[in-house]
Amino acid sequence: MSGMSSVSDSDLVRRCRDGDQGAWNELVERYSRYVYAIAVRGFRLPDDDVEDVFQDVFTRIYTRLDTLRDDSALRPWIAQLTRRRCLDALANKGRETPVDEAGVHEESADLADVEEAFAVREALATLSENCQDILDRFFARDQSYKTIADELDIPSGTIASRIARCLGKLRSQLEGRYDPEDGSRG
Amino acid sequence: MTRLYDEERLGVLLRILRPAPTGWVRAAQELPAARRQFDQIVARAEADASFRAALIADLEQTLAAEGYEPDRQILSEIRARLDND
Repeated sequence: MSGMSSVSDSDLVRRCRDGDQGAWNELVERYSRYVYAIAVRGFRLPDDDVEDVFQDVFTRIYTRLDTLRDDSALRPWIAQLTRRRCLDALANKGRETPVDEAGVHEESADLADVEEAFAVREALATLSENCQDILDRFFARDQSYKTIADELDIPSGTIASRIARCLGKLRSQLEGRYDPEDGSRG
Repeated sequence: MTRLYDEERLGVLLRILRPAPTGWVRAAQELPAARRQFDQIVARAEADASFRAALIADLEQTLAAEGYEPDRQILSEIRARLDND
């Protein structure tokens, strides 16, 4: 669900280079939200450009994976590919104001937020499946209490308390106080 | 230094990484097969002049007639390759 398995980026890259389709599927799953968020939130590209950027970035990742020097640096490499492709898209639109990467960085706290959000998602991936699921449904998928209750077959009156409990665990994890023994319950 | 998060900030951050459209993710996951198809078409176009001429005349129809179902990106790359050759 989260796209954040325990497999390291290095292992994922190595397996992708060996032609492992499952590893590629996981790489796409792990980074699809990240690429999407950089384009949508970091650069605020128009909708019709976002899909082109998204597919082109993953094509570049796939075709240039052999050029990645440090396999553990997959995320910054993907971020760089995505930022460059977003800048190309903006340039192609012929914006009146020239855009350069440094300018976008200076002006956009949103790109920093995307990085921080990724760290939060990595922390989320260490929680129970139940917590991952309910927090993702409520926050990232905008599902209502009723929808969550219906789809997970749990009483709607308990949704708010479950979300609060899972947020507490997530906060503890991020602040280094999470007890994995307690993480099996959502 | 440990960063402190309140629930509101966590909510904001969790909302940032929304799922990309399912079809886009699936298309990206199918890239290896699409690339293999691309390589196959290009190799055949290089080896078979009549196939290459048919591609130049009507790319999409020729590929469809041969049983290929390339996506938009692959079509664009094949078109670019034919233009450059």
